[in-house]
Amino acid sequence: MSITADEVRHIALLSRLELSDDEVELYTGHLAEVLKYVEKLKELDVDDVEPTSHAIPMFNVMREDEVMPSLPQEDALENAPDRADPYFRVPKTTE
Amino acid sequence: MTEPYQLTAWEAAQALQNRSLSSSELISSVLRRIGEVEPKVHAFQVVIADKAKEMAKEIDDRRARGDSLHPWAGVPIAVKDNFCLKDAPCTCSSRILENFNPPYHATVVQKMLDAGLIPIGKTNLDEFAMGSSTENSAFGMTRNPWDLDRVPGGSSGGSAASIIADETVLSIGSDTGGSIRQPAAFCSITGMKPTYGRVSRYGLVAFASSLDQIGPMTKDVRDAAGLLQIIAGHDPHDSTSIAQPVPDYLTELTGDVRGLKIGIPKEYSIEGMNPEIEKNWREAALFYEGQGAECVEISLPHTEYAIAVYYMIGTAEASSNLARYDGVVYGRRAEGPFENIVDMYRKSRSEGFGSEVKRRIMLGTYVLSAGYFDAYYRRAQRVRTLIKNDFEAAFKTVDVVLCPATPSPPFKAGEKTDDPLEMYLSDVFTAPLNLAGLPGIVIPGGFSSEGLPIGIQLIGPALSESRLFNVAHRFQMETDIHKRRPTL
Repeated sequence: MSITADEVRHIALLSRLELSDDEVELYTGHLAEVLKYVEKLKELDVDDVEPTSHAIPMFNVMREDEVMPSLPQEDALENAPDRADPYFRVPKTTE
Repeated sequence: MTEPYQLTAWEAAQALQNRSLSSSELISSVLRRIGEVEPKVHAFQVVIADKAKEMAKEIDDRRARGDSLHPWAGVPIAVKDNFCLKDAPCTCSSRILENFNPPYHATVVQKMLDAGLIPIGKTNLDEFAMGSSTENSAFGMTRNPWDLDRVPGGSSGGSAASIIADETVLSIGSDTGGSIRQPAAFCSITGMKPTYGRVSRYGLVAFASSLDQIGPMTKDVRDAAGLLQIIAGHDPHDSTSIAQPVPDYLTELTGDVRGLKIGIPKEYSIEGMNPEIEKNWREAALFYEGQGAECVEISLPHTEYAIAVYYMIGTAEASSNLARYDGVVYGRRAEGPFENIVDMYRKSRSEGFGSEVKRRIMLGTYVLSAGYFDAYYRRAQRVRTLIKNDFEAAFKTVDVVLCPATPSPPFKAGEKTDDPLEMYLSDVFTAPLNLAGLPGIVIPGGFSSEGLPIGIQLIGPALSESRLFNVAHRFQMETDIHKRRPTL
């Protein structure tokens, strides 16, 4: 399965990246090469094999529902690129 | 005369305890060494000199007062720059985090500080730990101290180089597909990736959460065992950390390998492997037989699929984890004005990420996207099960697996930067363990005819770190390869 430049542009949008035409060309080649390499996984019959999402099985790790200390507001805001205390400031999100 | 910076942690600890050396003297010695060799090596992103001196003085005062201290209190440690250390930069070698100062300590950092270890600096890495050469750093590559034209491996290349260049006593790294073990092999140091969940990942900047694990990078096996002792254990802040108690690795370090059954996986004799690596591996097997172990051939039949599985799962998880860099809460935001918020995200991320990170985010987004999820991602997860089962079957008949760490000695800078797939293949012997969650240790195994380091790797079942330390320690008890240092 190959990948087209238009697909790469679409993936870039989904990835929230903006690519130049040169980058689109570069990544189309690279992604096609990697996807061709992973085609080898199709050699195996895995229909009856359970998928592994985690190597060490653990399920529903719970803790007591207790109030614990959390990051103070000032510390959380310290690295903000733009702030209007006590909030993070962003461009308008609605049209 | 031995300079303090040349000491291992356990040697330094002895000197500190019998008062023949102070922590201040040790820190000064290490800082002097950094001043001498760092311009050639570039192992560090930042050196934390003043704070380290201050901490050393405090440890010396406390020791003089007779306070109860950890035996290693006052020993310096270099920390990979993807661990959160409060009040120091944490760049992950990325422009997007260039000005980020974490507001909290990673759990492992807190544990190091509690033991009195002194962070001496943050070490260089491939951006967000994505790479095998430390060339993908936004702030310049690290050089291999054995040959400055060659790469130190990656992604923990700065940590590995800082150890072999004696710019620190201890170091710590993270390993998603080989990022501790491959640079350990390339620089001739000891590096362990513990069992998934043995060490808390809280405060380690996430790359691929089901594969990432933190581990020691040190001058010998004894130091690795002692450092893992300090950092391992359950953490309520990491729900994937394992609740089982941590063994006393140093007490269990006997070096006894008599009667041990070692598996030699036939699939690891891959086409195109450097013949000197193959020879070194065979010699290591003979060494262990000479020490009373038995070597038997085993099969790990799905080995050849590991890299393909790793790049599907690793990039999928990375694309999800790195979605958090949006220029809102922390990290770089592009200069406005913006058409809308998506425009801000796209401009900020495109400016902030380097090309390998973009490539992996896009590959991961692609394999998770509608229509491709089952064909790529789900299929890779199923093959992951087969790889895990291979190891489980092998460990029914053998105690450990012995194999090379890398298919080649360190390569030249620039040699693989234009060919991502070729670069990915350097993880062929290390990535299978991350997929299976198993522990592995790499130790210096020898040198090529060109004088380049060759590493050997030992793999064990889940939570067999003690056994791996023992087997690796035997090699270092009988040989001095790990004591050799490059001329800088």
